[in-house]
Amino acid sequence: MKLKAAFASVALAGSIAAVSTPAMARDTISIVGSSTVYPFATVVAERFGRNTDFPTPRMESTGSGGGLSIFCQGIGTQHPDITNSSRPIKKSEFDLCKSNGVEDIVEVRIGSDGIVIAQSAQNEALDLNLEQIFLALAKEVPDPSGAEKLVPNPYNKWSDISSDLPDVAIAVMGPPPTSGTRDAFVEIAMEGGCSVYPFIKAMPRNDFRATCRSIREDGPFIDAGENDNLIVQRLSRDTGTYGIFGYSYLAENRNVIQAVTVDGVEPTPETVGSDEYPVARSLFFYVKKAHVGVVPGIQEYIAEFTSEAAWGDNGYMVDVGLIPMPRANRMEVAKRVKELTPMTAADFK
Amino acid sequence: MTDQRSQADIVRRSLKKRYRKEKRFRAYGVLAVSIALGALVILFADIIGKGWTGFIKTTITLEVMLDGDSMYLDDPTDADQRAMADFSAPIIAALQKQLPEVLEAGELRQLNRLVGSYGSNDIRDLLRAQPELLNTSQTLTFLASDAVSVYVKHSDNPSYSIRLSEQQQHWVDQLLAKGVIETKFNNVFFTSGDSREPSNAGILGALVGSLLTLIVTLAIAFPVGVAAAIYLEEFAPQNKFTDFIEVNINNLAAVPSIIFGLLGLAVIINTFGMPRSVPVVGGLVLALMTLPTIIISSRAAIKSVPPSIREAAEGIGASKMQVVLHHVLPLAMPGMLTGSIIGMAQALGETAPLLLIGMVAFIVDVPDGFFSAATVLPVQIYLWASSAEQGFIELASAGIMILLTFLISMNALAIWLRKRLERRW
Repeated sequence: MKLKAAFASVALAGSIAAVSTPAMARDTISIVGSSTVYPFATVVAERFGRNTDFPTPRMESTGSGGGLSIFCQGIGTQHPDITNSSRPIKKSEFDLCKSNGVEDIVEVRIGSDGIVIAQSAQNEALDLNLEQIFLALAKEVPDPSGAEKLVPNPYNKWSDISSDLPDVAIAVMGPPPTSGTRDAFVEIAMEGGCSVYPFIKAMPRNDFRATCRSIREDGPFIDAGENDNLIVQRLSRDTGTYGIFGYSYLAENRNVIQAVTVDGVEPTPETVGSDEYPVARSLFFYVKKAHVGVVPGIQEYIAEFTSEAAWGDNGYMVDVGLIPMPRANRMEVAKRVKELTPMTAADFK
Repeated sequence: MTDQRSQADIVRRSLKKRYRKEKRFRAYGVLAVSIALGALVILFADIIGKGWTGFIKTTITLEVMLDGDSMYLDDPTDADQRAMADFSAPIIAALQKQLPEVLEAGELRQLNRLVGSYGSNDIRDLLRAQPELLNTSQTLTFLASDAVSVYVKHSDNPSYSIRLSEQQQHWVDQLLAKGVIETKFNNVFFTSGDSREPSNAGILGALVGSLLTLIVTLAIAFPVGVAAAIYLEEFAPQNKFTDFIEVNINNLAAVPSIIFGLLGLAVIINTFGMPRSVPVVGGLVLALMTLPTIIISSRAAIKSVPPSIREAAEGIGASKMQVVLHHVLPLAMPGMLTGSIIGMAQALGETAPLLLIGMVAFIVDVPDGFFSAATVLPVQIYLWASSAEQGFIELASAGIMILLTFLISMNALAIWLRKRLERRW
């Protein structure tokens, strides 16, 4: 008897699962993409859900590259509608989208985020320039003897690079290669430091990129995964370690960590917004135009994102660490987005 | 004689050494148990120490005058008017009444930061539901902002940083003394889904998501697993082919769980076009993952039924099917259930396979069915633990306590079922 009851309940559960037919027409906006944009976009999504009658969009944090590759899988409600990115879409990704039938993509630039190099708050203040960052972290660096050739990175202590830097072993925790923060860091900081050497700059474009963007794998650079809190915790305990992450984590943890100034500039909302602080990047999201009108609320979500209340100088995204664009740029982006102007191949020069 | 005596002597002399050895051996065992227990105590002490404050919320109770003029609102049922109305005005006015020294506009904005981001939404929703309350005075309770909550709960803890200005701290101290700001049991944590505002965030969405996912897992893995075990144990011929199947089932039990996620993405989502982030897909993937565990434990349970029972049943003329259904299965059921619940407990704690099928996501609405977007408990804990806001630290630990409670109750259910169904022979 008991057995029959057990079987009946299991069968009942099974039939419930089978009866509820797949709701293929989706009514919730599906968003994937960058872990850097995630904290901003989730705040917008939640506000949007609470202030309108649309359901709250669901958001996955997959990294910029991962997000774009899922986004470009095709048209249809099993694919996401929007992907967040902490770097502009690449030509190769645009082509992948096209080949899968995702023709019209609308780009929305939302503001900037500074990438900070941070250390324990107990340490003395430190200033690095881009060249020193490159020398500390690159896989191959110019021969210290001055010859114009590349050698495997010989520097193990900061003081090996310059005598006025601290006499401690180089240990820098940073994001993994799938992260947009890493992409932006190598592109802005490493390439910037690399361009100081004329002979590297004279290399063919691909060699130049490969040299400048390769991060050393012999120990001093520690891949910390996508969890920036982990880096913060480690820095607060270990005074010899430095960490690379987005500005919002610095703003939240000022009592335990401090920023290393780069080229003498401290990262603040003002210096990042005005491009005075050298290691800053723009943040974006991309919308599948074919899904607008199919999945309800996409246009309203974009409108919420690009409203002054959200991305303006006193908007709520500023509270979570976004650095707003100048007002003129905001107006221009908002206008283009309202008309849903798609990107064309000409946007990639 | 002399020989015997010396032998007894040898034994007597070595006796002490043997006792010592035995004592030492026991001491090792005690040490091992205490290391295991110690680790558990440290774990629990850490989680409870960090997480108990997650069950406390900080509220601000105010006498709010819902004045239509200050909100630019004269008809709360009109959606256009609601969109343009300023619902934070009454809250600021009420706070100002409590702190008469605040006058300047800049200070007023600072004052507004004390109330959580969704305070004005509460007023809007109230007026929408009960338009007749416009232009009346109501006593309303709002959630305090994250910064205030951290200040009230953790001002003496150096690992939290206080993000209130001196001025704001002074105001909060005053309001605490007046009893306007209070700490209460955090019911929001049990009644809402995720939020980016720590004081509005709750575990219910993830709890329901876990439950829905596990129902799908159980509904698929249990019947399939038990049927496979019965066939393999009772009916299948012993040959190379069934050996091959057995080896593969054992191998499958050791496959890392992320592989099942890849399978789910490639087959269930990409080929069959099922939506991302839904409990049905999560349940299917976890069912594949737990299937080998259930098959193996069910086979062991069937094997442990004594052959005398089968023989006796066959002896009085029962058919093979009657033997299995009437005698073997009821006796093997406790073992099968225990195995299944252990498999379920494992599925409950899994995040890796869910990452690829989109269940690691920010989802605010509490799921209402097998096809609505959902996340699960361990994912929710991970998302909170990796958020920048300080208020999420305690929520992550509180979430772990909920997960452990869920797990312990599942194990208790397993023990209870086993005790109830068990038969001795």
